[in-house]
Amino acid sequence: MLSLDNRYVPPVFITLILLVGNYSFGILESYPKTLLAIVTSIGVELILGRIFVHRWVNPVSAYITGISVGILIRSPASWPYALCSAISITSKYVLRIKGRHLWNPSNFGVSTMLFLAGSTVASLSIQWGNYLWPMLIIWALGSIIIWRLRRFHITGTYVAAFLAFALLRSWLTGNPWQSEVAPITGPMYQLFVFFMITDPRTTVQSRIGQCAVALAVASVEMILRLCQVVYAPYYALFTVGPAALLIETWIASRRPRTAS
Amino acid sequence: MKDNGKARLILGLVLAVLLVIPVVLKHRSAGQSSGAVRNTPEEAIARHGFHLEEVARKAGIDFIHHAPMLDHQLDPIMPEVASLGASVSIVDFDRDGWPDIYVTNSCLGCKNALYRNLADGTFKDVAAELGIADVNQPGTGVSTGAIWGDYDNDGYEDLLLIKWGRPELFHNDHGHGFTRVTEQAGLPPWINANTAVWFDYDGDGLLDLFIGGYYPEDIDLWHLITTRIMPDSFEYAKNGGRKYLFHNLGHGRFEEVSEKVGISSRRWALAAGVADLRDSGHPDLFIANDYGVSELYFNDGHRFHDVSERTGVGFAPKSGMSVGFGDIFNQGRYAIYVSNISEDGILIQGNNLWVPVDGTAGDAIRYENLARDFGVELGGWSFGAQFGDLNNDGTLDLYLTNGYISLDRNRSYWYDFSKVAGGNSTIIGDARNWPAFDGRSLAGYQSKHVWLNDGAGKFVEVSSAVGVTDTYDGRAVALADLWNRGVLDVVVANQNGPLLVYRNTVAPENRWIEFELEGTTSNRSAIGARVTLFWNRQQQIQEVSGGSGFSAQNQRRLHFGLGRAPDVARAVVRWPSGKIQTVTAPAVGQLHRIKEPE
Repeated sequence: MLSLDNRYVPPVFITLILLVGNYSFGILESYPKTLLAIVTSIGVELILGRIFVHRWVNPVSAYITGISVGILIRSPASWPYALCSAISITSKYVLRIKGRHLWNPSNFGVSTMLFLAGSTVASLSIQWGNYLWPMLIIWALGSIIIWRLRRFHITGTYVAAFLAFALLRSWLTGNPWQSEVAPITGPMYQLFVFFMITDPRTTVQSRIGQCAVALAVASVEMILRLCQVVYAPYYALFTVGPAALLIETWIASRRPRTAS
Repeated sequence: MKDNGKARLILGLVLAVLLVIPVVLKHRSAGQSSGAVRNTPEEAIARHGFHLEEVARKAGIDFIHHAPMLDHQLDPIMPEVASLGASVSIVDFDRDGWPDIYVTNSCLGCKNALYRNLADGTFKDVAAELGIADVNQPGTGVSTGAIWGDYDNDGYEDLLLIKWGRPELFHNDHGHGFTRVTEQAGLPPWINANTAVWFDYDGDGLLDLFIGGYYPEDIDLWHLITTRIMPDSFEYAKNGGRKYLFHNLGHGRFEEVSEKVGISSRRWALAAGVADLRDSGHPDLFIANDYGVSELYFNDGHRFHDVSERTGVGFAPKSGMSVGFGDIFNQGRYAIYVSNISEDGILIQGNNLWVPVDGTAGDAIRYENLARDFGVELGGWSFGAQFGDLNNDGTLDLYLTNGYISLDRNRSYWYDFSKVAGGNSTIIGDARNWPAFDGRSLAGYQSKHVWLNDGAGKFVEVSSAVGVTDTYDGRAVALADLWNRGVLDVVVANQNGPLLVYRNTVAPENRWIEFELEGTTSNRSAIGARVTLFWNRQQQIQEVSGGSGFSAQNQRRLHFGLGRAPDVARAVVRWPSGKIQTVTAPAVGQLHRIKEPE
């Protein structure tokens, strides 16, 4: 049984992913850029935290955001890493409703960068190869950790839905089913399913609701994929995540009135 | 979070500004290019110092490249797996002083062409009568490239033809015909090669030969036993073809020594280039690999040492397509240009301009990628690139061709490509798992790039402004002074497209000088000989090359632009034998033929 404080399990895990990638495949050239993303993310978080909550906030969340940005976006330039981190963290403090931020920060940052800076930024992210063992290890470790954090149902629902929709897409398009399943076997999805869609701050609160949101994300992604949108998962979460929170907030705001 | 309305409003504005930054940067970088401007020839010459006019038909050249049709199991993705093969090399095969052009074709039964320069502005295909046209016969594979080198030092350039199939060596019979000597040379029966380069790695005066495999050599692409022939990773693949280094033993025989001298790699080689990067007198070997990192081997004259990571060029995996060397600063040291893939919003690898880090040299040399700083980073799905002084202003410019598969303009394969490329090796490695192309384009109809070196650390895009407007699927680029006018013309081989010949007209006030070298103790082609030209208190180095760019070979002679009113102090020739020869105050506006002193 792990004895680490639950808050620190995700950052330790994501750091492990980075180190495994670095050790196995020598991603050192992008390491300074990843570091830039992390430093920017933590720096902006500390400054904005000081201004808006009048204390030094725990940088764990910003660390995960920074490292996600560093891994997920690909650019020969350095500035997109800093800018993406800055946008991600700033969005947390601006785009809020009833005290909650609406978007998963790295999802917001990465999505906007892909949309607005397409000539400089991409996210065909295969930094640690297309090989089986790293994938299996990360999936196994990630599943255990997410299970321990009691969020495996979100990941499980999404993965099951993705696989079902992949088969459906294969049937609809005539493409080999392997090609439709292929994206989820890549590293980009490992971060997506373990860190983005499970973010406690930007998911709804009920267990059934969380599963429904995961299913909705996979459904929107399915539609975007049929429209040949390369970054379908990011954009699906970008649209479904805030919508789900708004609906939840709206329902919660009605409950007291109904009760009275 | 405490409610702080004003602060949140300000922060909202900050977020808006952050979101606008990439849009502003994109507009700024678009504004710096004059690539979309079209000028008259006179305007182009006045503004940029030169103009290129496509004259292939006028010059009697009507060559069309045809891609191979491989095993029918590959039909769904045939456009992708059969996307290579167009190549061009420049050679004066008959020693008449006029550069000739050899081009490859890649369908079974298609003919290669050797365009003899008739010295009147036109060319005539003489490949069939000389015996080097009908080389794509069933069972032997198809051509993917050709390089010329005088392996027996008889004064005539011989032809090494690489194929997805049986490599062929043709001896040049004093310009009157070619004799196939493949078996005598000891070349292997099958290599799926895309790159080869002649060079004398051990300085024994005999040209050796490097050949880089792409698909593994045990695959016959027309008779597949399995469809698991694709790379097992998009960026870390090591299941490609092996590398060969053939040591020239003399008397037309070669010995394969790659393992013995330290070259063992199964990366997917697309381009190889050789230059003395450390000023050591020994030629170093650079390999640009598809689906992975580049490799750099330092040569001590006997063995090769993999210094890819140590020098900085072997970290970031990309899709290396071409390698070229150029002294872009006129400081007597080479930058290395490697082309890769960039597609807005999908895959931004960026091309690499590897520049020596200040203060590093010799065995401790390290490189940093300054392609973005110099403006030569984004070139689409880039292929062949060559350095050359196109406007004779005294600095090396860069010509890049590009474009992968141009089919239906309105339907793209990018989505399916990115979907599979990011997947697991068991999926990506099997051609059956790839969605069918179904007539779609992939990075097709791309505009080419002509980057002018401003001499102050920037390259400016001027392609359409100087007359380069084609959008074929470019592969190989070769530069040559085709009509002995003291300018560099450009020849481009296109996949499934015509051979293009861009005739260059340069502002007459910009002067030039050329050198044609002939080795005696060194190999007679003088491959590896270096000329350092000193003029107007600057210097530029150039080296005779046995193949560069992507599936290409420039003219043998070295062309230096000099700018206006040049004061040429001297030209120093360092021969592969190590001999140094100085020519004092060579006349400008002339071709100087220099023979190595005995």
